[in-house]
Amino acid sequence: MRRGCSILGSDLILFGLFAAVAVMGSLAVIGQKNPIYSVLALILSFFGLSGLYVLLEAPFVAVVQIIIYAGAIMVLFLFVVMLLNVPREDAAEWDRTHPYYRPAPAVLGSALAAATLGLLAWAFSRTPGLGAGVADARPAASSVGQLGRVLFTDYMFAFEVTSILILIAMVGAVALARKREQ
Amino acid sequence: MVALGAVVGLGGLVISGLVGPSNPTPEKEAAYECGMPPVGDARERQSVKFYLIAMIFLLFDIEVAFLYPWAMAMRDLGWPGLLQITLFFAILVVGYAYIWRKGVLDWGPESDPDYKHAPRPGPAVIKRYRYGTRH
Amino acid sequence: MSGVLDWLTMPQTIFFLAVTGVVFLALQVSAAVFVYAERKVAAFMQQRYGPYLVGPKGLLQPIADIVKLVFKEELRPKAADGLLFAAAPVISAIAAFAAFAPVPFGASTTFFGLLPEPMPLQVADINVAVLVIFAITSMGVYGIVLAGWASNSKYSLLGGLRSSAQMISYELAYGMSLATICMIAGSLSLREIVDAQAGYYFGVIPKWNVFVLFPTGFIAFLVFGTAGVAETNRAPFDFPEAEQELVAGYHTEYSSMKFALFFLAEYINMVTAAAVTTNLFLGGWHGPLIPEAYGWIWFLIKLFVLCFVYLWLRWTLPRFRYDQLMAFGWKLLLPLATINLLVSAAGVLYFGL
Repeated sequence: MRRGCSILGSDLILFGLFAAVAVMGSLAVIGQKNPIYSVLALILSFFGLSGLYVLLEAPFVAVVQIIIYAGAIMVLFLFVVMLLNVPREDAAEWDRTHPYYRPAPAVLGSALAAATLGLLAWAFSRTPGLGAGVADARPAASSVGQLGRVLFTDYMFAFEVTSILILIAMVGAVALARKREQ
Repeated sequence: MVALGAVVGLGGLVISGLVGPSNPTPEKEAAYECGMPPVGDARERQSVKFYLIAMIFLLFDIEVAFLYPWAMAMRDLGWPGLLQITLFFAILVVGYAYIWRKGVLDWGPESDPDYKHAPRPGPAVIKRYRYGTRH
Repeated sequence: MSGVLDWLTMPQTIFFLAVTGVVFLALQVSAAVFVYAERKVAAFMQQRYGPYLVGPKGLLQPIADIVKLVFKEELRPKAADGLLFAAAPVISAIAAFAAFAPVPFGASTTFFGLLPEPMPLQVADINVAVLVIFAITSMGVYGIVLAGWASNSKYSLLGGLRSSAQMISYELAYGMSLATICMIAGSLSLREIVDAQAGYYFGVIPKWNVFVLFPTGFIAFLVFGTAGVAETNRAPFDFPEAEQELVAGYHTEYSSMKFALFFLAEYINMVTAAAVTTNLFLGGWHGPLIPEAYGWIWFLIKLFVLCFVYLWLRWTLPRFRYDQLMAFGWKLLLPLATINLLVSAAGVLYFGL
């Protein structure tokens, strides 16, 4: 992240590195039987994503990715995994849901994945300026201050609605937990 | 710094693994439980309170994250910006008051509904106890 | 390859590597000194001698401790999760070292003219340094909670859960008071925040953030300091290892180097917290009498004072009760920090700071 340190087109190398971390992390999430390891792999994946945001010159998004996703959401996940006490997925159930035994969900899932990929490819093909470097197409909200200005003027309504969303989530969390206790 | 930290961490483990003795016995391999043989597995279900506090923390953390862009743009946004963030907080205060009322933030015995009605020695009992009329 | 060689022999690169190395070594040494100081200060406050056998005045005690710890046997509960059991202390150590990277400790220097351009005295000059520190702090939870879970011991698990709940609770007040200072300074870069604190009000009171918009700056300082103590799990917030209740909390099952790594991480975290507080509230390397080129002397003085306050607190205040701790964090610090933020925002707008 230091200026004047870029050597050997290091951006491309770094992109490959971060992307590899993100993808490998995501693969490890679904490849694990122990949910705790899955949670940790997801954190690793988030770190990869955060690195990609840094390369895109969006340091605020990168840091928030760590603070919110890796720091808050994953703590919640970790707590839930620990509190429900599911140290290992049931092997028998895994066998029952194995594609070999249940072809229909596997086919459906693959079709959905293919559709998502196709949609992404379509979206990319219609996005202008993909080949241009990040520095040329610098977004308006690259610095934190600019982000704040945009957020509190153009997207003011969405911002205020977010607080209502958070409020609902709070009430919902309490209500669910209370019901379980009784 | 991350790399150097990793070097210290892993290096320390390797070195102590090499030079430290290793002759485990069943007693050494047991979890510590004040010298008694450990009872059962440690990974029991824990209180739902931990889950709740993590959930509430997540929601307030999002709020704090939204705060930073505003803090950086505060001088440009001026009083209207302050009004907006105050409105944002005001809505969240409703939720804050709700979780407070519901006792999510209470961890002591008072948070247990049964505790409030549990019989306990009142001042009269304590007094009698102290002056020895009870026994 | 010549590109790499050129880059390696550039004065800036050498300076960067030197600073990184110095900070790295200094953090380790500071942890050792801190342990010694802690025992001496504790002894002083309890009217006893403290370590005095190893070396003059017991000065070599930390070295003896390290050697002893390295040669100790590693114990591991049979039911523990081997990989995570070993990973947890390493995660703690990495997070502790990484958190210091964005912390500046002196003004930009050309190092007696050896550098072509002034370089900042810090490992990484990041323009969102404050947020990076906040993020790395929030990562510190994992080392503790994983240690607690991986040990598969009841005390460890309870200690880990408790401390993670504590850390996330105080993180909110921490982030909120951090935002207050960033807002007043108008920057997320620690270097810019420190440089905004140069100079004096009325020629006498230093322009430090503790005194800014009195009393909001001071309240932010108190909230940040308190949350910092809670984040580093120090007394009176030392619940993760509350001896009387949880034996040793999350590191009950740890021994040898793995235990030493937790210990190291805890003390480095304290140094980092003191350094960040110095930069945010106490004017960093700015101070009277010493020229700015040697500002790091002021920085160290302030750092030592804050570290001493940490020790002082530990040996003066009794531990909270857990429900008091949560109530204090959620019902007092969080609302206080929020109101303080809004009031200081109004102050900044009203006085046109």
